[in-house]
Amino acid sequence: MDYASAVSQAPTVPRDAEPFSPRLGRVGSVDAVALEARAADLAKRSIKRESKLQALELVVRMTDLTTLEGADTPGKVAALCAKAMRPDPVDLSVPAVAAVCVYPTMIEPARARLGSSGVRVASVATGFPSGQYPLPIRVADARAAAELGADEIDMVVDRGAFLSGRYGEVYDQIVQVREAIGGAHLKVILETGELGTYDNVRRASLLAMAAGADFIKTSTGKISPAATLPVALCMLEAIRDVHLETGRMIGMKPAGGIRTSKQAIQHLCVVNETVGPGWLTPDLFRFGASSLLNDVLMQIRTQKTGVYESPDHFTID
Amino acid sequence: MTDELEQRHAAIDWEYASAPESRTIVQFRDRYGLVIGGEEIDPASGEWFTTASPATEEPLAEVALAGAKDVDRAVAAARGAFDGWSRLRPAERSKYLFRIARILQERSRELAVAESLDGGKPIKESRDVDLPLAAAHFFYHAGWADKLEYAFPNRTPRPLGVAAQIIPWNFPLLMLAWKVAPALACGNTVVLKPAETTPLTALMFADVCRQAELPAGVVNIVTGDGETGHALVQHPDIDKLAFTGSTEVGKAIQRELAGRGVPHTLELGGKAANIVFDDAALDQAVEGIVNGIYFNQGHVCCAGSRLLVQESVADTVVAKLKRRLSTLRVGDPLDKNTDVGAINSKAQLDRIRELVASGEEEGAELYQAPCELPEHGYWFPPTVFTNVAQSYRIAQEEIFGPVLSVMTFRTPAEALEKANNTAYGLSAGVWTEKGSRILWMAERLRAGVVWANTFNRFDPASPFGGYKESGFGREGGRHGLEAYLRFDG
Repeated sequence: MDYASAVSQAPTVPRDAEPFSPRLGRVGSVDAVALEARAADLAKRSIKRESKLQALELVVRMTDLTTLEGADTPGKVAALCAKAMRPDPVDLSVPAVAAVCVYPTMIEPARARLGSSGVRVASVATGFPSGQYPLPIRVADARAAAELGADEIDMVVDRGAFLSGRYGEVYDQIVQVREAIGGAHLKVILETGELGTYDNVRRASLLAMAAGADFIKTSTGKISPAATLPVALCMLEAIRDVHLETGRMIGMKPAGGIRTSKQAIQHLCVVNETVGPGWLTPDLFRFGASSLLNDVLMQIRTQKTGVYESPDHFTID
Repeated sequence: MTDELEQRHAAIDWEYASAPESRTIVQFRDRYGLVIGGEEIDPASGEWFTTASPATEEPLAEVALAGAKDVDRAVAAARGAFDGWSRLRPAERSKYLFRIARILQERSRELAVAESLDGGKPIKESRDVDLPLAAAHFFYHAGWADKLEYAFPNRTPRPLGVAAQIIPWNFPLLMLAWKVAPALACGNTVVLKPAETTPLTALMFADVCRQAELPAGVVNIVTGDGETGHALVQHPDIDKLAFTGSTEVGKAIQRELAGRGVPHTLELGGKAANIVFDDAALDQAVEGIVNGIYFNQGHVCCAGSRLLVQESVADTVVAKLKRRLSTLRVGDPLDKNTDVGAINSKAQLDRIRELVASGEEEGAELYQAPCELPEHGYWFPPTVFTNVAQSYRIAQEEIFGPVLSVMTFRTPAEALEKANNTAYGLSAGVWTEKGSRILWMAERLRAGVVWANTFNRFDPASPFGGYKESGFGREGGRHGLEAYLRFDG
């Protein structure tokens, strides 16, 4: 199916779209200054006491505990899985995280370790992080990851195609990956740090959702800037618009650069006041992070005991 | 799914716990006298009035009600200090202004809490807007004090003398800064009359001046009501009058000053158009609309109280706006998460109610954000009127509250015509992604400030003031200095 007809059937475009309205007619534009001002404003919400503890526990539940290194080994992944299932061995009331996120070769060890704990296995795929490989290889990569037992596939979009204006290609590629992974959950990484403008972030968000993404994700974590609050706001506004138009609820995952509880809670405030409290669940919002979890565990303990404990009391995995 | 698993996926019911700014940082005294000639004195009138918090109706302090005799003493004190102050080396004047700016920054939390208590505005606004801008005005004008000849090449700037200044209740300390900073930088002395409902930060400012060791009599503060202001305007020994407030009072002042040769600047009401074209970045435009009219409860003379939206996107914009309204948090001004605070006074609340009733009666469609208002104090929910005709009172009169009137247009020419079709002309906003259209509109809008893809942005370097019944004279920038100088050789 060619791009124009695919997009005109896609759920981001209203069925009764006028023939002369531009394709992806409601992409609209984003004003950078005002977007950043709004994000900065939301970052000033002051979350205290019980609402803070509630938020911190939610952040744990929303975490995709991540290791994406060339040096990853089954041993390293096993340690991470142990942490994922029981983040704070001292306080068993702290819930497990949502998923561990690994490279495809680490799916099997992760799967074995996590068993029936309910913690999911997410795998990056499609030539992560650059995506600069022939399409058949990228699609095969995603298919293999699904077959190896990944519950969730984090694919990267072809930024080269996107930035040269070949949106149709990007769309078709996502559709092919969607088909290749069967019932697995699809997260589409836009790599916003390479897109250059918020207009592009919005366009890529709508494109990915139209092509069948379950989640849209900011970054690979390999490029700076990664997840910033204005980018999250921009993507959430696109998610909200799709929801209001079609009823579809698409998830969102900021990844890379979120290291503190404060940043995570700021993101929750943006979620709460942009798409609404319906998105305050791990089914619709995730944090892709590695060092964030320990800071959150420290803050939870502080909230419960009133004192800050040394970082030495929290495991490094 | 097991219970545990279900729990793991559940969405949370998240309410922000209250996060009040501590008010222990402010200790109001029971009583504040007048500040004249560097002394705090009881009013000759023998009268006092109470200033209260509009959010709770809790009395905060008793304040002197200055009569004509008190005003006379204040003007005499300013006159007495003028010679020394105006002959001071300009670089020395500069130092005093720098010192005041620094002290405002150091005491900003205390002053922000006081401002929110006395005026009802959310702490996040007094903390992030009023106080930083007030300090910025003193810093900015400190820089000009010894460079006035460079501001006006080939002219010889001289101070005017005693500047009488009357300020409103919507931005008490900020309006004080807008008035006092340029007056002092130019070598004038000041008699300042703060608004009746919000006198406390001006009285605390007197303490800032004392801390800065500003010479006695350079800044004098007379608190009181409309009569006090009237006495100040009538005083024969003032050399300049600066007023910010309603158009009605502005006109009365102008009549009073007719033929007296007292230079004056008036910054009066407004009914600004916020114009949204169909190619605008709509989500950000909605933020701009919200900021334009609900910032400071709409108690802003340059508030974007008329939304002109292009018909092709009107439904979308109104839907987005209504949705956004439901996230506005109305309540305790001292709560750091409050977006919209209390209406400043009972009188103002009555006026808002009266105009909103007229809008309903004339046939406009009312929408109010679903929010619980506190039991005590003066409150009004964020309000939007759609189906508003240009002829309705809510489209013509300044409401000075959180009430927006939405109208539509079809072409740029129509937008311009409707925007200019008002007795006022203080500000306007244009939202479009098209640069050439911004310039086309800005050249033709009869308003002192035109914001493009933003709203309610202020900077001491940028002159602010009105066209038509929004007044004359400019505050801020080089233009603002001119209002406190004479050039007659």
